[in-house]
This record gives sequence, C-alpha cells and structure tokens, in this order.
Amino acid sequence: MQTHRRFDWDPVFHVLTLGGGLVLMLVVGAIFWELWQGSQLSLEKFGWSFLVTETWDPVSETFGAASTIYGTLVSTLIAMLIAVPLSLAIALFLVELAPPRVSALVGGGIELLAAIPSIIYGMWGLFVFAPFMSETVQPLLAHIPGPFFTGTPMGIGMLSAGFILALMILPFITAVTRDIFRMVPAVVKESAYGMGSTTWEVTRKVTIPYGIQGIIGACFLGLGRAIGETMAVTFVIGNRHEISASLFAAGNSIASTLANEFTEASEDLYLSSLVELGLVLFGLTLLLQILAQWWLKRTRRKMGGGL
Amino acid sequence: MKQMLQQCKRILLIALALTLAVGAVPALAKSRTINGAGATFPFPVYSQWAYQYYRVAKVRLNYQSIGSGGGIRQIKAKTVDFGASDAPLKPADLEAAGLLQFPMIMGGVVPVVNVPGISAGQLKLSGQLLADIFQGKISKWNDARIRADNQGLALPDQAITVVHRSDGSGTTWIFTNYLTKVSSSWAKEIGNNKAVNWPVGVGGKGNEGVASYVQRVKGSIGYVEYAYALQNKMNHVLLKNSDGNYVAPTSETFQAAAAGADWANAKGYYMVLTNQPGENSWPITGASFILMYKNQVKPETARAVLSFFDWCYKNGGEIANNLDYVPMPAKVVDMVEATWRQEIKASGKPVWK
Repeated sequence: MQTHRRFDWDPVFHVLTLGGGLVLMLVVGAIFWELWQGSQLSLEKFGWSFLVTETWDPVSETFGAASTIYGTLVSTLIAMLIAVPLSLAIALFLVELAPPRVSALVGGGIELLAAIPSIIYGMWGLFVFAPFMSETVQPLLAHIPGPFFTGTPMGIGMLSAGFILALMILPFITAVTRDIFRMVPAVVKESAYGMGSTTWEVTRKVTIPYGIQGIIGACFLGLGRAIGETMAVTFVIGNRHEISASLFAAGNSIASTLANEFTEASEDLYLSSLVELGLVLFGLTLLLQILAQWWLKRTRRKMGGGL
Repeated sequence: MKQMLQQCKRILLIALALTLAVGAVPALAKSRTINGAGATFPFPVYSQWAYQYYRVAKVRLNYQSIGSGGGIRQIKAKTVDFGASDAPLKPADLEAAGLLQFPMIMGGVVPVVNVPGISAGQLKLSGQLLADIFQGKISKWNDARIRADNQGLALPDQAITVVHRSDGSGTTWIFTNYLTKVSSSWAKEIGNNKAVNWPVGVGGKGNEGVASYVQRVKGSIGYVEYAYALQNKMNHVLLKNSDGNYVAPTSETFQAAAAGADWANAKGYYMVLTNQPGENSWPITGASFILMYKNQVKPETARAVLSFFDWCYKNGGEIANNLDYVPMPAKVVDMVEATWRQEIKASGKPVWK
C-alpha cells in the first residue's frame, strides 16, 4: 500500500497551529501582566482618580490621564468621521464605476499610501500640511460659530492630527472594503439590475448590506491603527496636557505622551504613571474590540449579510 | 511515529547548529569597544569624538543617545560602562548608588522669537519677564512691561504663543532651572524638571520640533539649544544676566558663565551654570555629565573609558567648538582628573594614574 508509507503531517500541523494560538494568548497575557506590574506604584498612589485627573505635572509628581484619553478619542473620532465615508466612496468607485485601467491605477496608489512609514506622515504633516492648515483651512473654518473652531490658527493641534490620522487609515479601510465589494457575487447584483434597479439602489440595497460585516471589520482595523498611532500624531498634535473644546488648540494622545516622555522619565512614580497610560490604552483597545464584536453580532442579526 | 521522531530530531539539530553559529558572531566582533548610554544633547559631539578617537586609538565607542533618564537606568543596571546625563545627579543620590559624576561638555539654551518686524538680537528680556511670558502672565507682545525695556522697538499688537519641548529633555531642565532662579512665582507654581506642567503654549518634539513651530507660528517664543538657533538662523533675544548686562548668546558668553563657576566647592560636581555672575555671562548655560561607578570590576575597561574622556578633554576642544558646544576649561579638567585618581578604584587600587 502506497498510502501506508506516507508521513502523516496532520498532527504536526495541529500542534503548530495550536502552539501559534497559545503563544498569541501568552503574549497578550504577558503584556497585560507587565503593564499591570509596572503601573502598581501609580495605581496605589492615584487609584481611579488617575482616569479623571487632567493635571500632568512631573515636578510635583501629580499625574492624570484625562487629557490624553480625551485627545486619543477625539483625534481618532475626527479621523474616523473623515476616513470612513471617504474610503467607502473610493472603494465603491473602484469596484462599481471606474474603468478597469483607472481602477488598477488608483488601487495601486492607495496600496502605496498604506506602505508609507508613519514618521513620513508626521514630517509631511508638520512641514507641508500644518502651514496649509494655518493659512488656508483654519481661517475658513474660523467663520463657523461655536466653540470648536476658535483660537490661534497655528496649523498644529487636534484637528490637524485628526486629518493626518484620517489620511493614514484611509488606505487600510479602502483596500479592505474594495476587496469586500468585489466579493459580492455578480449573480446577486445582476438580479437586482435585472429588476430595474439603478446603480445607486444596487449599491445601497445589495452591495453594502451584503458586505456590512466586513465593512465594520475594516473600520475597526482603521480605528485600531488610529488609536495607537504615535509618531505622526506627536508631530502635529501640539502636545499639551489640557482638554480644550476648540479643535484648533493643541492636545495630546496616550501614544504620543509615551513617545515624548518615556526616555527622560527617571523618577519611579513618573515612569509608573507612563506605564499606567499604556495600561489605559490597552484597556481602551480591548473595550473597543468588545464593542466591535457586539456590534457585528447585532448587525448579523439585523441585516443578514453574506460575508 | 518513529519517522516523526526522526524528523523532529533533525529539525532540532539544525536549530541547534543555527543557534551556535549566531552565538559565535558577537564573540568574533568583540575587539575593543566601550559602551555608554544617555543624554541626547551632547550626542553630536560625542559621536564626532568617538570617530576621531577610533582613528588614533583603535577603540570604538558605542554610545546610545536614549535620553538621560535611560542613561541613568542603564548605568544603574550595569549594562553600560558609563552613563550620561544633562542634569546633574544630587550628591546624595550619587552616594547611594556608588556613582561618580563629572562634567564633560557645556552648551547654552537660547530663547528664540518669531515676531514680525523684530530681527535677531533686538529684543531685550530680563529673566523675570521671560518667566512671566512662559507662565502666561504676559500675553501680548506690546505689553507695557516689554515696551519699557525695549524703547524704540516697534512691538506689534499680537498674541504671544509659547513653544516648549513636548519630550522630556535636559534642555528643558536647564531652561526651567533658570526660570526657577529668577522668578519666585515660577519656582512656586511650576518648578524645575526635564518636563514640567506648562501653564500655556504648545509642545514641539525635540529641538527641531520647537524650531519649526517657532518658525511657523507668528508671535511665538521658544527655547532651543544654541546650535539649533545658529543652524536655523533663528532670531535670538538678548538676556539680562545676573550682573544686569544684556548679553547675546555666543561661545564667549557661555565660556564666561563657566569660568565664573566655583567647581572646586561643588560636591560631586553638582553644578548648574544658570544665572552665573560675571559681566559677560550668558544666563542659561549648562553642562552635560558623565556617570561612572567608583568601584570598577573590570579595570581595563574603566581605563579605556577614562583614556577616551582624557583624550576628549585634551584634543576635543576644536571639534566641540565647530559644533557650537563649549569645551570644559583646563582648570576644571585638572580637577576632574584628580578626582578620577582618588575615587575610581578596582579592588582598592586606583584605576587612573
């Protein structure tokens, strides 16, 4: 019998994949444990008030994460508000409307954007985008009444950080949603067209509902990247530990605070507070993941969807 | 099953061979290398010195400019032969860790402005005024108090934007040390550290970040290392020193500040060169320090490190000057080398002769 002599790879494969899965869990657990251990000092000293205190004073060693949590969430929110509709529009254009040659060209360009290192986005943001913001965009926005667009138009601040982040996550969301739209079976779309639907109707009632779970997944991929982005944000956010309603004002995010202050933090409590910031970011990401899972389940129940 | 075991054995053997091969590489490359880590501020001059020193002495310096905080942690963990810090450690801390500290190089911090109609060296500020601007107490360039010291300058009716460092840095330490000395309200409310709770303004990352923010935002004032102010052709201000003279930031005024300092009576070389007396002293001058263990386990390595520093003190002046740093005065060098002889020992015997 020929088959008798063949080496059975299945158990090896099983052990390998199982090992991979276990290592992943182990790494996540170890990261959490290290962060937890490292932030003991700060946890003991500040307790829960760490999350709501705005002061960040290395001299008197009073630390609070409120301004950085706020900055992380707001800059990410701005980025998502800009990037999600834009990416969906681009992906739909590439799949449904663009001639194949244009689609290939634009698609290539978008993948290229995804490959640019974040420090380049930061430098470009500081030297090219910030002057453009301060001279052109912000003076225009300043006409809008309300507290969001007040203050000196410096070109640096929460709004600029949000824009740069949007630009950074755009290619990720676009690339994934494009692939999802492509996977919608032609038969389904053609039947809708056959019933006399317009392109807009097919998009709205067939393509998007079919791929909704994948689209939400793509958005959370972008969100995950935006929330932890470090260098590009550090360059343009203005790095100020203060909560301000104005989007022109400088702010701070957790990741950029870590990048800024970790190297020179020689006092134990200071270092411990920075590690606790890391723990907060870890928790925040976890929370968002849970939220994403819950939302996915809900949409699956409500809208069905094939992916 | 037997075959599977054999396969596993083969994989293990290959893995073992690879590990051994990788392990052997560092052993081969281990010629003479001294390791240091710490301050970023003196990094350009240390790396130039290391480059030149390798040509004459064939000793390599591996210096990681990871920041003073990291440098202090690494020397305490004994992973490097020396640490480097921009802010001096207090004598008590040195004593507790068994470390010796000595100054290696000096530099100056320069307030720079971007005010329409005002060019380099025109605006005169006293320390108190500078502190009040950075504290947000003075918010317009045409404030009566700024005008009083600058008769004849056309100061615009423009808001002041303060630009500071966002990252922890020795530059901020020196700058806030000066403000603490000249302003009691700064000392009480903000204080002196490598990062502080800035009451106003925006933070730029690194000297280059501050420099580009200041160049960008009209009506801004920031502080950078002297070299950055020169290289970016930024508009510096004149500062009133403790003798009451307005001075410009130059090598001469930095050296004047160092010359007036009383190193002999500074225990553990804990000396901050801000607000030094002397008619030409630039008030925001600072030194960068080296940290080494007093008790050395490997005397050859310690000797190699000290030989490098000795060479830098004696032959590195020109390189330092070219990079807009200020070398230590000969008098101080003699004192430091005398300290090496007395304090750095390996099994009870002095390492440096």
